[in-house]
Amino acid sequence: MLQVTNIKKSFHEKEVIKGIDLTIQKGEVVVIIGPSGSGKSTILRMMNALEYPTSGDILLEGESVLYKNVNGKVKPRKEKELSKFRAEIGMVFQGFHLFAHKTVLENIIEGPVQIKKMSKEKAIEEAEVLLEKVGLADKRHQYPHSLSGGQQQRIAIARSLAMKPKLLLFDEPTSALDPELIGEVLKVMKELALEGMTMAVVTHEMGFAKEVGDRIIFIDQGVIVQDAPPQKFFHASNTNERISRFLQTLTRNVV
Amino acid sequence: MQSIWENIVAFAPSLLQGTVITIELTIISLILSLIVGMLVALGKLTHNKIINSICNIYISILRGTPLLVQLMYVYFVFPEFGISLTAFQAAVVALSLNESAYFAETFRAGIQSVPKGQMEAAKAIGMDYSQSMRRIILPQAIKNVIPAIGNSAIILIKNSSLAAVITVAELMHNGNLLAASTYQNIQIFTMVAIVYWILHYPLAVLVDYLEKRGNTNHVTGHQH
Repeated sequence: MLQVTNIKKSFHEKEVIKGIDLTIQKGEVVVIIGPSGSGKSTILRMMNALEYPTSGDILLEGESVLYKNVNGKVKPRKEKELSKFRAEIGMVFQGFHLFAHKTVLENIIEGPVQIKKMSKEKAIEEAEVLLEKVGLADKRHQYPHSLSGGQQQRIAIARSLAMKPKLLLFDEPTSALDPELIGEVLKVMKELALEGMTMAVVTHEMGFAKEVGDRIIFIDQGVIVQDAPPQKFFHASNTNERISRFLQTLTRNVV
Repeated sequence: MQSIWENIVAFAPSLLQGTVITIELTIISLILSLIVGMLVALGKLTHNKIINSICNIYISILRGTPLLVQLMYVYFVFPEFGISLTAFQAAVVALSLNESAYFAETFRAGIQSVPKGQMEAAKAIGMDYSQSMRRIILPQAIKNVIPAIGNSAIILIKNSSLAAVITVAELMHNGNLLAASTYQNIQIFTMVAIVYWILHYPLAVLVDYLEKRGNTNHVTGHQH
């Protein structure tokens, strides 16, 4: 489905991603964890070209997202072509970023109507199904600022789903939420995973990672330290020093 | 008292004609300066360095020289380069260019006040830069700067009086002519001042209202 090939990224000559290879299979839920500043969000943002790697490439179903071959020469893709790829990959942000001047329903139909040129009637019909799914059908005519963070994030998920993405990226989707609102968002994400949605999730929610993840990828200082199924990753026999130190800090914070 | 009223009746037709021209001049210049101002603002925000510097130079020249000089320049110097304009046209050009430089800065600030995440979210659902701007960023940016635009419009009404010096028959010019021929300076210039005040008043009320509403229903409020 999605392949990340030998990606490197530098900000102001400082290398933050130091060569990462990663493949996400169809239907897989990949959870990316790591200390803050490890580069995990950057990698996720590069998966839909919101951020450009300094070198390396992203392949979506075998096709290069960032470059194209013109008469034997490799050229970076233009803005419009990147947009086409982004339309096939959904993204849910830490800060929700619902369109502030649009109602809930308008937020959800914006993509299908403007990008997929779907009729407004059809888009509304589909949006209502999605609103039902995230449990917010009664909020359709409200504006984002009148909703709680958890509700906004569930709408943001519905907005991504409206584009029928091949892959859904989550960039710390619950980190900006009050603790009591985290559950409702994780519940929606879990349901999606059960339905077979392909997902890449950057999160600090270890419970979610353990329960829903097919693979846990631990990133530190710009490299993948470990890529393992949760049973193995969270198993007591996992003696990687950096990982156990990270997991210890997390549990300490929870208590 | 009798004679004051008679004077008012005698001066009114000419001043009213001037008022109509003042309103025309203001509205046409306002519309043109909004359009040009938006284009310059977008030019300032593109990643093209050449367009950036052209826009910066444009703003610098128009903000850095007096409007009076610009009026004179358009009316008296442009003909030397083969661009002959009527006094009214020259006034429209000078007022629009001058105001557009201020609007460019207003719009730029408005666009930059929209949280960065809005653009990212638009891109993430597959919009390119121009779609994101048109559908997501500008509607919010414009809503944020409407009070500022109202303030600029008030300044524009009053600035239009400078067009008198290049013989545009607007309110100030007609008042000046009447004063020169009747010596009724107190009455005439008081009437002129009152008319400008009346013209500005509805806009001032509107700006107040929008600013109050903006405080309670700010488009970018409650966003992370």
